[in-house]
Amino acid sequence: MSARLESGSLEAGYNFAYLDEQTKRSLRRGLLKAVAIPGFQVPFGGREMPLPYGWGTGGMQVTAAVLGQDDVLKVIDQGADDTTNAVSIRRFFQRTAGVKTTLRTEEATIIQTRHRIPETPLRSGQIMVYQVPIPEPLRFIEPSDSETRAMHALNDYGVMHVKLYEDIATYGHIATTYAYPVLVNQRYVMDPSPIPKFDNPKLNMSPALMLFGAGREKRLYALPPYTQVTSLDFEDHPFELPRWDQSCAFCGSHESYLDELIVDDSGTRQFVCSDTDYCSQRSAQQEATA
Amino acid sequence: MRALLSVRDLTLLYGPEQGCQGVNFDLYPGEVLGIVGESGSGKSTLLSVLAGRHTPDVGQVIYHCPDNGALNLYQASEARRRSLLRTEWGFVEQNPRDGLRMNVSAGANIGERLMAQGVRHYGQLRQAGLQWLKQVEIDPARIDDLPRTFSGGMQQRLQIARNLVSSPRLIFMDEPTGGLDVSVQAQLLDLLRGLVRELQLAVIIVTHDLAVARLLADRLMVMRRSRVVEAGLTDQILDDPQHAYSQLLVSSVLQT
Repeated sequence: MSARLESGSLEAGYNFAYLDEQTKRSLRRGLLKAVAIPGFQVPFGGREMPLPYGWGTGGMQVTAAVLGQDDVLKVIDQGADDTTNAVSIRRFFQRTAGVKTTLRTEEATIIQTRHRIPETPLRSGQIMVYQVPIPEPLRFIEPSDSETRAMHALNDYGVMHVKLYEDIATYGHIATTYAYPVLVNQRYVMDPSPIPKFDNPKLNMSPALMLFGAGREKRLYALPPYTQVTSLDFEDHPFELPRWDQSCAFCGSHESYLDELIVDDSGTRQFVCSDTDYCSQRSAQQEATA
Repeated sequence: MRALLSVRDLTLLYGPEQGCQGVNFDLYPGEVLGIVGESGSGKSTLLSVLAGRHTPDVGQVIYHCPDNGALNLYQASEARRRSLLRTEWGFVEQNPRDGLRMNVSAGANIGERLMAQGVRHYGQLRQAGLQWLKQVEIDPARIDDLPRTFSGGMQQRLQIARNLVSSPRLIFMDEPTGGLDVSVQAQLLDLLRGLVRELQLAVIIVTHDLAVARLLADRLMVMRRSRVVEAGLTDQILDDPQHAYSQLLVSSVLQT
């Protein structure tokens, strides 16, 4: 028995990172293919995970497949390290893999995320793992899977703009604010998982490796480092980032993605950073200098 | 003049005399060809084989592109076939629900082909939508309404606009007036006849309604049990049918 087991943190009777080695190997084969064809959806044999679909089973399988003994894992849920989903997935890998975990973006080697990209710029060598509910960006308009696969294969993406057209016709501007479709490497249209469109520019030419796992739909896709990722738009209605008049109530940031909170019964609103690590580091810095 | 579409020995059979077999014809630019016949005679099968939707057992469909020369439909790549179908060709379904996207607005339906061709300017798409709604006699103010709020005749006209927006040269129609009441049928036929003449469209139209055939078609093919039994000018066939089945078909129309 290893020293890790004796430390008491590791659960007995489970393989490293829960999944068996053959399963992890098959996932890694799928991931290699996904990295080789940026934005292309690769099917994989998804396993049952000890939590329900929709809670991050796809992301967890990808994390398990790429996790090594020396990795440092960070898990975020809507940007926060301290929400139920983030806490339980982080503890899951502590108990089944015994890896070090962290809340700090810059310390992490693997970041599993639900629907945010950290504000702190990613660096080369880091891996982002996304939990994806619906991997198919064309699904909303084309229910048939064989048809959407043919559309991807034949570069037949006219309908993607139909959705954006509808937005402008209905709201006067492109009202899609999350899961905003992107074109990867000038070839495949990809759903960047439901990250806010605020995060879309962070995908473009990112030095980090981005891996996407959809557990229910059993699909993997990936963005290798330094891949060109452009958000779809119209010439006369270009892609725009959301802006806030407010700043974060804790750290005062104007640059980060803000969550709106209702803090009392009279409807008082406050805006706070959705990225808790970024916010607490800024707050700590401000206290130190004050 | 060079033929737009050349069809040679086209055959797709589901069973003995089920489907279509041994079909030969040439279609010229601006010509309207009607295919008539009883139910199950293979009209729709023939149409779907012509339109690149079903691979035939035997035979060739050759399309003469204006710029690329001859294209053998079933030897071309699927990508080429698809792009042909949404640019230079159009297909009007009998049931507009099959040809329209019912969950997006009329404007988006019209604009889809343009977007597929790479138009990325919302203003231009909008303009095309308004113009085409007017052309098919739908109130342009309804551009943002869903097709499901349209009447059957309006849906059919919207489907036609959606196909014509890419300025195609060849349109396939499968019973475009089926399921519409008589006055709406007449209105739609009027519109179709106008558009066909104005835009110099070649049309292949499947119908079992001889009145529709007489109004629209320059030439007719009469089908029975998977074979073309008679072909010729519309007036000639309707006024002086030679084949026994054509005679039966013509005589079965109520005379007033």
